[in-house]
Amino acid sequence: MQIYLPIAEVSVDIFLLLGVGTAVGFLSSLFGVGGGFLATPLLIFLGVPPPVAVATQANQIVGASLSGAIAHWRRGNVDFVMAGVLLAGGLVGSTIGVLLFKLLKTHGQIDVVILVSYVVFLGGIGGLMLWESIRSFVRLRREPASRVKLHQHIWLHGLPLKVRFRKSKLYISVFLPLGLGFVVGLLAALMGVGGGFIMVPAMIYILGMPTAMVIGTSLLQIIFVAVNVTILQSISTHTVDLMLAVVLLAGGMLGARIGARIGTNLRGEQVRILLALIVVAVCANLAFELVTRPATPYTLQVVAAP
Amino acid sequence: MTPRRILLGFLLCVLAAALSPAAARADYLVADLSKRRIDITLGFAGAEVLLFGATDGQGDVVVIVRGPNQPVIVRHKERIAGIWINWHWAEFSRAPAFYYVASSKPLDEIAGESVLAGIGAGLTNVRTTVASASQDVDTTAFRQALVGAKESESLYGTGPGDVTFLAGRLFRTTVSFPANVAPGPYDIEIYLVRDGHVERGERRTLFITKVGLSAAVYERAHENAALYGLVAVAIALMAGWLGAIGLRKV
Repeated sequence: MQIYLPIAEVSVDIFLLLGVGTAVGFLSSLFGVGGGFLATPLLIFLGVPPPVAVATQANQIVGASLSGAIAHWRRGNVDFVMAGVLLAGGLVGSTIGVLLFKLLKTHGQIDVVILVSYVVFLGGIGGLMLWESIRSFVRLRREPASRVKLHQHIWLHGLPLKVRFRKSKLYISVFLPLGLGFVVGLLAALMGVGGGFIMVPAMIYILGMPTAMVIGTSLLQIIFVAVNVTILQSISTHTVDLMLAVVLLAGGMLGARIGARIGTNLRGEQVRILLALIVVAVCANLAFELVTRPATPYTLQVVAAP
Repeated sequence: MTPRRILLGFLLCVLAAALSPAAARADYLVADLSKRRIDITLGFAGAEVLLFGATDGQGDVVVIVRGPNQPVIVRHKERIAGIWINWHWAEFSRAPAFYYVASSKPLDEIAGESVLAGIGAGLTNVRTTVASASQDVDTTAFRQALVGAKESESLYGTGPGDVTFLAGRLFRTTVSFPANVAPGPYDIEIYLVRDGHVERGERRTLFITKVGLSAAVYERAHENAALYGLVAVAIALMAGWLGAIGLRKV
């Protein structure tokens, strides 16, 4: 059954759209990532123009993250203090990121720099995560009784202005989450992604937060980022397609249910392995696209009428 | 079926006109469309329009349909240091969003290239204007790529032999618009070509417009952008909250 999307100006099969929404809701509630990395290419593949795909999936992420965040909050897995600090850093970072993006864009060839750095970044994070989680998985199997340390302390944790994050069982310098929020906000603005992908591994490995706490906390701050993007895109580019968003949101509810049900039966290290596999897969796909000869060397972009 | 009856009535009128003595003029051509407006509703999945008319029986008919002009950028990927990236580009300040040419015979059998170019018939004669391009670029290759890409989306096409004659004088053809068609005014030109010369030309306009909910959403998005954004966020938050209520039952 086809549904006409008034802003995208195309007809797309409603069940395919529901499927995309379900996938995003699932990823979001299971891993605490926005899911835009998956939704945007899928929507473009279904014929939705790229600007509409990017802006509209940000709107869906608002809903998907809220369901996920509420579900995790009920289980006591949201660190509000940490989310606030990360968000403060993120707001500054994304504002500077948007300015930097405009500056770089006037010098041309920014796209490829972003894409290559994205592949390197994701590959690095995904590879490290996979290695670490497989190791801890194997170790846990071998010696299930031994007490595992909460987290490793690195020199960054010892910076001044230490703050106690009770929920996350951390006593670390406030500059660490603040700086992390800043860097992720900067990268998110530059790469056009929500940043959950970078934020979640960084919260686990750099901040040393428990995996269960990371997902809810990441979702909470993604809500604010996505609300900001949705409103900015609506005003400046008019590319948020409400019809598309409603269908995606409906699918997202189903996906969030499935994700939450599976999530309660998974242990922290299992979640980390799955997330690592997805990160590596996305990275491999991007790298593959970069190096293989495209089916057609030409691409068309219809410039939106003013 | 009232529309069919109206159409039948019209065809009879056309037939009567075609057979009347006035039609003895050598350059006789009338044509019209089965509808003047296509509504894009929520369930829009493409549409078809019947074009019909009459001639005095001699010559061929060429029908050209053009959608609203749009600015388009065509980019070419090249392999630089092992990776494929967009390199050269050409910007067209205008290219029709939709182009379709139907004719009673293959175009090259109807008229010479200069005549076809004059009326803009054929995929090589789609009217485009290059606004700017990167240095040392052959824009004709980019133009071909533009046409090729539009063809693969069923937005550009040709129908040689798709204009069929009935009783030697009445002709008809069906124009199909895919679901991804752009809204706007569509110019439809009908030419009577005889002995390689354009004898007569007729022009009709077809409007493709969004109606109902589609139109309402589009208008709000453009006229009350800030409010629209807030409503979008509110709907998303509501859906997220409802989803969370559902989750509690899991």
